Amino acid sequence: MKFSLNGKTVDVRAHPMKRLLDVLREECGLTGTKEGCGEGECGACTVLLDGEPVNSCLVPFAQVRGVTVKTIEGMNGKHALQEAFVTEGGAQCGICTPGMILAAAALPKNASLDEVRVGLAGNLCRCTGYEGIYRAIRKARRA
Amino acid sequence: MPSVGRRVPRKEGAAKVTGAARYVDDISFPGMLHGTTVRSTVPRGEILSIRHAFDTSGFTIADYRDIPGRNVVALIEEDQPCLAERRIRHAAEPILLLAHEEKEKLLAAKVEIEYRPQEPVYDPARSEKTFKEIRIEKGELDRGFREADLVVEGEYRVGLQEQLYIETNGVIAVPENGGVTLYGSMQCPYYVHKALKVLLGMPGEKVRVIQTETGGGFGGKEEYPSMIAGHAAILALKAGRPVKIIYDRVEDMLATTKRHPGVIRHRTGVTKDGRLTAIDIDVLLDAGAYVTLSPVVLSRGILHATGPYRCGQVRVRGRVTMTNTPPNGAFRGFGAPQTQFAAEVHMERIAEALRMDPVRLREINALRPGDTTATGQKLGKDASALKVLREAVRRTGFRKRRRQLAGSDRGIGLALFFHGSGFTGGGEVRLASKAALELTERGARILVASTEIGQGTRTMHAQIVADTLGIPFDAVEVSEADTARVPDSGPTVASRTCMVVGKILENCASEMKKKLGKMSRKQYLAKHGPLIITKEYERPSEMVWSDETYRGDAYGAYGWGCDVAEVERDPDTYEIRPVRVTAVQDIGRAIHPVLAAGQIEGGTAQGVGYALLEEVVMRDGRMANAQLTNYIIPTTMDTPALDTVILEYPYEHGPFGAKGVGEMPIDGPAPAIVNAIRHLGLDVREIPATPEKVMAAPDLARAESR
Repeated sequence: MKFSLNGKTVDVRAHPMKRLLDVLREECGLTGTKEGCGEGECGACTVLLDGEPVNSCLVPFAQVRGVTVKTIEGMNGKHALQEAFVTEGGAQCGICTPGMILAAAALPKNASLDEVRVGLAGNLCRCTGYEGIYRAIRKARRA
Repeated sequence: MPSVGRRVPRKEGAAKVTGAARYVDDISFPGMLHGTTVRSTVPRGEILSIRHAFDTSGFTIADYRDIPGRNVVALIEEDQPCLAERRIRHAAEPILLLAHEEKEKLLAAKVEIEYRPQEPVYDPARSEKTFKEIRIEKGELDRGFREADLVVEGEYRVGLQEQLYIETNGVIAVPENGGVTLYGSMQCPYYVHKALKVLLGMPGEKVRVIQTETGGGFGGKEEYPSMIAGHAAILALKAGRPVKIIYDRVEDMLATTKRHPGVIRHRTGVTKDGRLTAIDIDVLLDAGAYVTLSPVVLSRGILHATGPYRCGQVRVRGRVTMTNTPPNGAFRGFGAPQTQFAAEVHMERIAEALRMDPVRLREINALRPGDTTATGQKLGKDASALKVLREAVRRTGFRKRRRQLAGSDRGIGLALFFHGSGFTGGGEVRLASKAALELTERGARILVASTEIGQGTRTMHAQIVADTLGIPFDAVEVSEADTARVPDSGPTVASRTCMVVGKILENCASEMKKKLGKMSRKQYLAKHGPLIITKEYERPSEMVWSDETYRGDAYGAYGWGCDVAEVERDPDTYEIRPVRVTAVQDIGRAIHPVLAAGQIEGGTAQGVGYALLEEVVMRDGRMANAQLTNYIIPTTMDTPALDTVILEYPYEHGPFGAKGVGEMPIDGPAPAIVNAIRHLGLDVREIPATPEKVMAAPDLARAESR
């Protein structure tokens, strides 16, 4: 099945009902996308489908035909959010970080703190109390 | 430029934000099998028969008879089997192991087990078995009560709490070189090493344990990884192939350890002007089915049970008993959040009974430099209880805010607390932790078994070493925690990684600097060859402790904290929404201000969950809500604004003055929040304070006049 993955068109063979999360990790070898709960509650497996954050553990592979998929590996490593998550304490253990950064990247540019809270409500972090994440988002916006 | 006190970039930061960091489930080996664990479905009984109701071809199947050494998870006591033989003591107890190349085949494998069930015990007060009893006594309790004008009594209850690291537990075992190498998500590689030597009957050099990047621990990956590593190793040795066991969320919540629930009773004598004359406390903790770390949890619990207050007459009695539930274990705070919740809500009730300002009552009784704790430990000049209290009160305008909110749907409350850094009493002496430093051409390489689990171990250790050697932060590298390469630095627990292990590294670096003298690193290496300096923990000479009498210096140093919480009650749903928590904490010295603040922020958020949201529902000895859908941890929407203030009253034996920081932040939020609920006029004495409990809570005026 053909779809766009991190800016490149790829053709991947997998069972159509296989979770997108597993296809990304196993068939595509992109292990930056993490599993935290397998039931769409924690957001660790967040990827962007046509720019929208989704829980890839709830998406059957069949649904990505012709779609643009972006994972943490597609963020080039120098995105302002990635740098700010390091310096502002947005990442501690790091397991929620890929999903959190992608969810943060999908927020409107001038989101207020309340809007940020709503936008990230589907992404659990057990380490930071979210304060470091808010700081990182604020800093990345100024960059 | 010195790096201590500066926001240097964390060592593994780039790997974590790019997805390059390798967690255990990101790793695989050629020929690797997937493993799973078949567990008991009854809380107590005997196994009568086991039947494999599936096509077993292609499977590796193992039970207790496949264990080459002794069938125990070696820790404190050797009472817990790695695989049940006949007796079942809790639901979700491991019985059988299966491995197969395909995960789908494993999921479909059905095993039928027949049991002879026995009557389970769930009430720790009615337990047939006490694992540990400890008592602290100071002064003459009767005299203290005779001096009192008023005696205040109360019972406080705390529930189970799940650590809920976002990365579930997992280990890969690889048979090699006549032994086995384990890769896993863990806090304490040497705990796993010790347990597997016994389980596999192998000498130390045949067991190698390597920590992979670990997605959170909070105590939940202190002791349990020894169990999983044991299972993976048994399967791998039987199959002769690598085996990976990764728990899904349900299994992780059903089977692994949680914070001990407890019942804490206080009886306190106090004079009319607010001076404590007698403190009598009874602590009961529920261990679950096996000892695991319960005696140590109880120890820390009772050593913190009085809260940070001075009193000449104290008795604390604690016991931890067995029930037929999965064993409880380490969780950030380790007994202290339970007992200090009780202490601080009780303190609030004493203020209510005296009709006294709650700040004033705490000011009168707070431990000061030179005072002695319940164990007779004389406090040094860094004892900053009054400092953190006054800063929290000042910063929040506490007294004025309290008057403003009176009678509204908002309330404000505070909690004063402390937390001992490092192992209890003689624990650090027994651990005799080692750390090592290797000279490199660029600078130095740190060799410690302390693990990075999110808190910033590698970064903070590198800062200490860099500044002691007088070299740039970037010139210090940190070896992975691999038992074949690093010495046993003791477990990564108990707020000890900075204060204790950091100090040993500081000593290594000082000696390295001396050895180098005026030579450059290159010259030294060319002339003398490799240089590795290994040092062991040194007990400060004035520290004296007795495990027999529980008298003396319980901990090397204490951190001190004061939290102020403002909450809002929904008048229709009785939900309590935390609006803001201010956390003022003295940690001696913040080696890295962002990482240290991150510990306080994260610990405080977990404490908010403990106070209000996180309810483990036990039904028939099993967690009934073992899913993220209905075990609720704070999301962005549930976490209040967190205002963090770090104060620095240095400890003379800590590296650069540092004391512990990891655990203390979780001690304060629950009592501060419940005291804010009390300010609303509701008599809550139990957490989590769910809407059901808040709705059922008696009106304060009526409750206290009974």
